[in-house]
Amino acid sequence: MGLRTGTFHENYAEDMATVQSRLQWGTLAALLAFLCACPLFSSDRMLTILTTMGIAVISVHGLSILTGYCGQISIGHSGFMAVGGYTSAVLCAKLGWPFWAALPCAALAAGIAGLIFGLPSLKIKGFYLIMATIAAQFIIIWIIIQLRSITGGTDGLLVPRPMIGSILLSSKTNFYYLVLGFVVLATITAHNIVRTRAGRAFIAIRDNDLAAEVMGVSLWTYKLQAFFIGCVYAGLAGSLLVHYVSFASIEQFPFMDSVWYLGMLIVGGMGSTAGAIFGVVALKLLDELVTIAGPILAAAVAPQAAASLAIMSHGLVIIIFLIFEPRGLHHRWEMIKAYFRLWPFSHEVSE
Amino acid sequence: MTFFLQLIVTGLAQGMVYALIAIGFVIILKCSEVFNIAQGHFVLIGGYLGWTFLVPLGLPIWAALLAAIAVAIIMGLLIERLMLRPLVGQPVLAVVMMTIALSTVLGGLATLLWGAEYKAYHGLLPTLTMKVGAISIPSESLIGLIVSVICVAILMFIFRYTKIGLAMRATAEDLQVVQSIGIKATTVYAVSWVIACVVGVIGGILLGGVSGANMDLSNIGLKAFAVVLLGGVNSIGGAIVAGIILGMLENVAAGYLDPILPGGGLAQVFPFFVMIIVLVFRPHGLFGLARIERV
Repeated sequence: MGLRTGTFHENYAEDMATVQSRLQWGTLAALLAFLCACPLFSSDRMLTILTTMGIAVISVHGLSILTGYCGQISIGHSGFMAVGGYTSAVLCAKLGWPFWAALPCAALAAGIAGLIFGLPSLKIKGFYLIMATIAAQFIIIWIIIQLRSITGGTDGLLVPRPMIGSILLSSKTNFYYLVLGFVVLATITAHNIVRTRAGRAFIAIRDNDLAAEVMGVSLWTYKLQAFFIGCVYAGLAGSLLVHYVSFASIEQFPFMDSVWYLGMLIVGGMGSTAGAIFGVVALKLLDELVTIAGPILAAAVAPQAAASLAIMSHGLVIIIFLIFEPRGLHHRWEMIKAYFRLWPFSHEVSE
Repeated sequence: MTFFLQLIVTGLAQGMVYALIAIGFVIILKCSEVFNIAQGHFVLIGGYLGWTFLVPLGLPIWAALLAAIAVAIIMGLLIERLMLRPLVGQPVLAVVMMTIALSTVLGGLATLLWGAEYKAYHGLLPTLTMKVGAISIPSESLIGLIVSVICVAILMFIFRYTKIGLAMRATAEDLQVVQSIGIKATTVYAVSWVIACVVGVIGGILLGGVSGANMDLSNIGLKAFAVVLLGGVNSIGGAIVAGIILGMLENVAAGYLDPILPGGGLAQVFPFFVMIIVLVFRPHGLFGLARIERV
């Protein structure tokens, strides 16, 4: 999209920098400061929304690496979150582990589950892989139900409030800051993983796997790596979710969530870190809108209209995006930025 | 032994319905390379349409069937024109997400129109029981079997002996060749969606007649995917054979293993185990064409 006026990239370090100008630093700092200040003026409800958004952002970052960058479509992400969530819940509730020790184990367990269910990706792709990951989702949930003595089966499992050092994370504000920290960490790592050797290999595999293999990119290694990394994020998010609600149940990890994580990626724009965040925020805001509009609609039209809207809303938005904005919000955002940057010569923005 | 045979027979009838639904999926896939996740939701709509025409409107069974087919045709045309045509040539993920979105829209419509309630209409389908030795074949399964066989025969006829069938088979073979000799690909796409909708709706009425119409009817779509993968995604014959195999396997597995396993519900996840096994060991299924890629 071209450089900003006054950005010259005089040396290699400047050229490779993630944040390239003072304006960007300023905007980022302002955004972070705003997010840190949120608990001061927002209601409990707002904090809940922001925290769940944060957890979803972590998960979708993983999916973004797996699907957006490596091109391995997964509709089982919520299942991998369940692996992380339950690992963490069992370690904390049954074995009395501290939260900070259970969290990495949860991420690792989800990563290993990802490796196992990523194995078919070595032989199959496209739709077949979608089917394999859908199967993964259902099989993982079934196994959790079967292991009743460990996981509590369909009854769920009570999880104690997490402690970090001597601080008990009991309030919404505490947990908000914890999730915010992880979101920042996840965003930075996700943004940088795709700039490494592995990240470039992922993109090569996504764009043309045969060509990638001819050029010496090992499909075996990198596809499995993508699955592992993507599912580590999912495990982290699952663990945070379980601790946030203090309860682990299979209803927190429904199949449709897996679908909507992919939907968030489409709405936000595939293959960009910012896109993952845009997508999560857009669809979660839509959820809130539906919750507000639901009762009004139920009163005005028919009682089942609200339920129907709740089922349809995501689908309708995704249909609209697929037809009219297939490259997602991130692309639109880049266009808007370019428009202002190049004004009044906006005709140069043509692709 | 009687228990086993009973399970097999029930499985056979169920398998024919799976096969019928799976065929709708295969037809769309063959003609337009679209993987239609919403196939199960056509079944859902079909189940409710059957109830609407039979119970509140009180139509006789043949008229209800025709009316439901008419609705299905309109639905198929609309879906193809409004949702799928803008996505021709887009990557797999976009198309799959579109059909998933379509499935939620259909689910939402069913909720809006029928309130997501359980609607029963068992008594309205004609009854017809058969007893072979000690095994009794329940009427619903028998009717399901007969209707499925008729539908499959009609489809086979269309594919083999009509012009549009020939065009559809040609499109499945090579889109560019078809367009260069003047066959309109869009017509073929539209017809394939119409057939898929009609088949789904008929399947829905059959299943609705057995267990009543409810929102869970759409889950049958997931089983149909297992059938399709087992049979090979581009083989109609494969879908039929795999449907029967899976219907039988599922019943036998659930009949013998459910009492042993604590949580039960094996019948629900069974198709997914089949899916994973097929995908790992034989991705092109029993009768599908193997895609050969060499580096």
